[in-house]
Amino acid sequence: MSAALQEIADRVIAQARAGEQVEAFVSRDNETDIRVYEGSVEHFVSAQSEGIGIRVIRDGCTGFAYAGTLDPAAIAQVLADARDNLEFGTRDEWAGLAEPDGVDVIAQELWNEELSDYSTDRKIELAKELERLTVGVDSRVRVDDSNYADVSVESAVATTTGIRRSGRENGCYVSISTLADDGDETQTGFGFSVGRSPEQFDLAKAAREAADRATRLLGATKPVSQRVTVVLDPYVTAMFLGIISSTLNGEAVAKGRSLFKDRLGDQVANPLLTLVDDPTNTLAYTATDLDGEGLAARRNVLIEGGVLQQFVHNSYSARRVGGRSTGNAVRGGFKGTPGVGCLAMHLVPGTRDQAALVADVDNGVLIQSVQGLHSGVNPISGDFSVGASGLTITNGVVGAPIREFTIASTLQRMLLDVVEVGGDVDWLPMRAAGVSLVISDITLSGA
Amino acid sequence: MIDQDVLERVLASAVRTGADFAEVYAEDKQSTSVAFDDGRVEQVTSGRDRGAGIRVVKGDTTGFAHTADLSEAGLRAAAEAAAAAASQGDGGTRTIALTRSPERVVSPVSLFPDEVKKADKVALMFRMNDAARSAGGSIVQVSAGYGDSRKHVLIANTDGVFVTDQQVRTLVRVTAVADGDGGMQTGYQSAGQTMGFELFNTVDVEDLARDAARIAITKLNARPAPSGALPVVIKQGSGGVLFHEACGHGLEADLIAKGGSVYRGKKGELVASPLVTLVDDGTMAGEWGAIAYDDEGHASQYNVLIENGILTEYMWDYLRARNEGRPQSGNGRRQSYQHLPMVRMTNTYVLNGTEEPDDIVRATEYGVYVAKLGGGSVNTATGDFVFGMTEAYLIEDGEITEPLREGNLIGNGPEVLKDIDLLGNDFAMGNPGTCGKDGQGVPVGDGQPTLRVKSMTIGGTAA
Repeated sequence: MSAALQEIADRVIAQARAGEQVEAFVSRDNETDIRVYEGSVEHFVSAQSEGIGIRVIRDGCTGFAYAGTLDPAAIAQVLADARDNLEFGTRDEWAGLAEPDGVDVIAQELWNEELSDYSTDRKIELAKELERLTVGVDSRVRVDDSNYADVSVESAVATTTGIRRSGRENGCYVSISTLADDGDETQTGFGFSVGRSPEQFDLAKAAREAADRATRLLGATKPVSQRVTVVLDPYVTAMFLGIISSTLNGEAVAKGRSLFKDRLGDQVANPLLTLVDDPTNTLAYTATDLDGEGLAARRNVLIEGGVLQQFVHNSYSARRVGGRSTGNAVRGGFKGTPGVGCLAMHLVPGTRDQAALVADVDNGVLIQSVQGLHSGVNPISGDFSVGASGLTITNGVVGAPIREFTIASTLQRMLLDVVEVGGDVDWLPMRAAGVSLVISDITLSGA
Repeated sequence: MIDQDVLERVLASAVRTGADFAEVYAEDKQSTSVAFDDGRVEQVTSGRDRGAGIRVVKGDTTGFAHTADLSEAGLRAAAEAAAAAASQGDGGTRTIALTRSPERVVSPVSLFPDEVKKADKVALMFRMNDAARSAGGSIVQVSAGYGDSRKHVLIANTDGVFVTDQQVRTLVRVTAVADGDGGMQTGYQSAGQTMGFELFNTVDVEDLARDAARIAITKLNARPAPSGALPVVIKQGSGGVLFHEACGHGLEADLIAKGGSVYRGKKGELVASPLVTLVDDGTMAGEWGAIAYDDEGHASQYNVLIENGILTEYMWDYLRARNEGRPQSGNGRRQSYQHLPMVRMTNTYVLNGTEEPDDIVRATEYGVYVAKLGGGSVNTATGDFVFGMTEAYLIEDGEITEPLREGNLIGNGPEVLKDIDLLGNDFAMGNPGTCGKDGQGVPVGDGQPTLRVKSMTIGGTAA
């Protein structure tokens, strides 16, 4: 299958004219999305999509076009559009495609044949089973929706600079949204489980977490404003790392837009903190063998012992700063060109579990969920302010639930104010793994 | 895009296994975008998205499949996949007769984007860059973007609905970064309408760019925002997102049906200050959420959701309206042919009150004045919502004083709606927005006059 896509990409770049660099990226996806509600299927989506994106660079000017079809006439038009578009680009001496860099690809098992053979009825049954298990945990719990989804993607990239790579991967997950009622009050929760095949799901854990997240917030009140120590749940830490990653983006650095732009070699975080981007770790949900430009994915240590070691780059941002790509090109599909980003981050874990971390906190909050990361966090200025809900911690003991408050600081201070990294790594379906994280001196705004 | 007789045959085949309802939604969309950053046009992108989504409903189950192949064979294959997903068994033969709805124009277009030279689109970016950079020496970086799209849609269903429409959108955005002793700050501005390139007859892109630069420069001297509950005054045209989050989502019938909204069972009750009349209006010409037909082929409408504080109506799509045996409200929308429709807002806004905006500030002894909001989000089951302030000032003794750093505000929808105690007479629509729900983004607008909320929690770090 991927060979057919590779052929399409090859045919496009064979049409390159003198002085042109051409890149063709071709992909095809198959998705299944099943939603169950109160024991019956609410919707069943079966979707196939495919498309091509073509980038042409000439004299330092870049043009790009895409189409959501692999029809030969449409592909010819895409190439023509990309060529036309480069006429309007501004000359950029660093513009260019990636070139083979001699770094070996670490092969990974990204395709599971069992999943592609899995029957529709069994997929539906998984979503139903998750719903049954969840309402069974606690009589106060209702289910908003219970879902099964899988996706398989195959893709190929070819460039006139010598990149020629193809591959395929698949994966699946179940997820559930819950509501818990107590009188007039309703709280919400969620749970999920992911795998390369349904055999890897832990439905009982997903059900328990979805029920617990909702029920433990029942009776939550609004806290008074204060300065506290927070313990971030692994899921929240993963979201936090997602923001940190944009400050370590080599393109932002090259364009003067990173708050760490002049800080290489500086102590930017507590010495306990070591941040790694490692898509070659097969435990990571976003593990991959290739980056978005077709270079080998690799392990990069970004912050070690709190000291900023390096930024992440694709070939363009690397060229701008006189370095080499770190294999961190990120492509969101055939509709765009590769940007820069972390692929699979994790914090090197500590040794203690969440209960032990909580036991050391005199006055704090266990943050269960945050809201408004896109609206209240500015990775350029470093301002950090998010809505939150969670549980109070008093003298090392988790107590009453609280909600409708914000936690605020700056990204710069939060990294320095890290008190401890937990040992409870959770490989979440995100670009960062979760782990409990204790941060002091956070402003909590409430009543 | 697809012939009527082909549609009729495809729909008939989709309900052959006994389904209640089938629908074809086809689109052909051409788009152009320009990415400008760091003084350069980095890239012009042309895009083409073309395909059809077929929905088949049997009982409470919906089957959905989509295809990029608009031939009869391609459509039939998708129809069969959707039918198989929705139902088993044999329901006999039904004949489908489509009646074409009249052409309906809500937002007239005079200069279609595909008839405008790319060079003219690109030139806007240089003008914005130059204007932002000339606004002050502290501006160290500018990025700008342009996007347009022209989307032809076709919707046909087994109820006989047959609609064709075209949707045109044009948008520009600019972000300026200022650098000072206290670090970097950003300012953002955008303008977008459901119209063509004539947008730039009324929108001055250089003004937008200068305004983005002004916001960034102003914030270089910003102090940390307060922490805790304070009165909040929200400038005209910047706070519609408050209503979008505080109650808009909670009035969507799909959330109501599942008991996932604090507004369930509240029809006829006082849910907001009597000052508040809230409307969702897909017919507002030119606005970002304006549509002639929704994505289920129902004509867009002007729907009053809250009148003088009393909840009058929810928003409806086909499925939820059918289940309740009531009319749709023109709120069935989807991101693309690859997505199922669901209940979505269009342009959501609060009608004018009577206060002079200056008087609202003067009446506030100590509080926060929000001149520009970022995005927001809501948990509809609890009503707790947040929104970000990207340009805000302190109000001291009835005067707007010092600029504040960014942060989120948090509140509870039903409480905040009742806490609106002053409403201005200076209604304005806000910036174009994209509303996300269940993984789908759709274009929406919002607006409101200057107003005051008695108390909201400001998520800053200052005492």
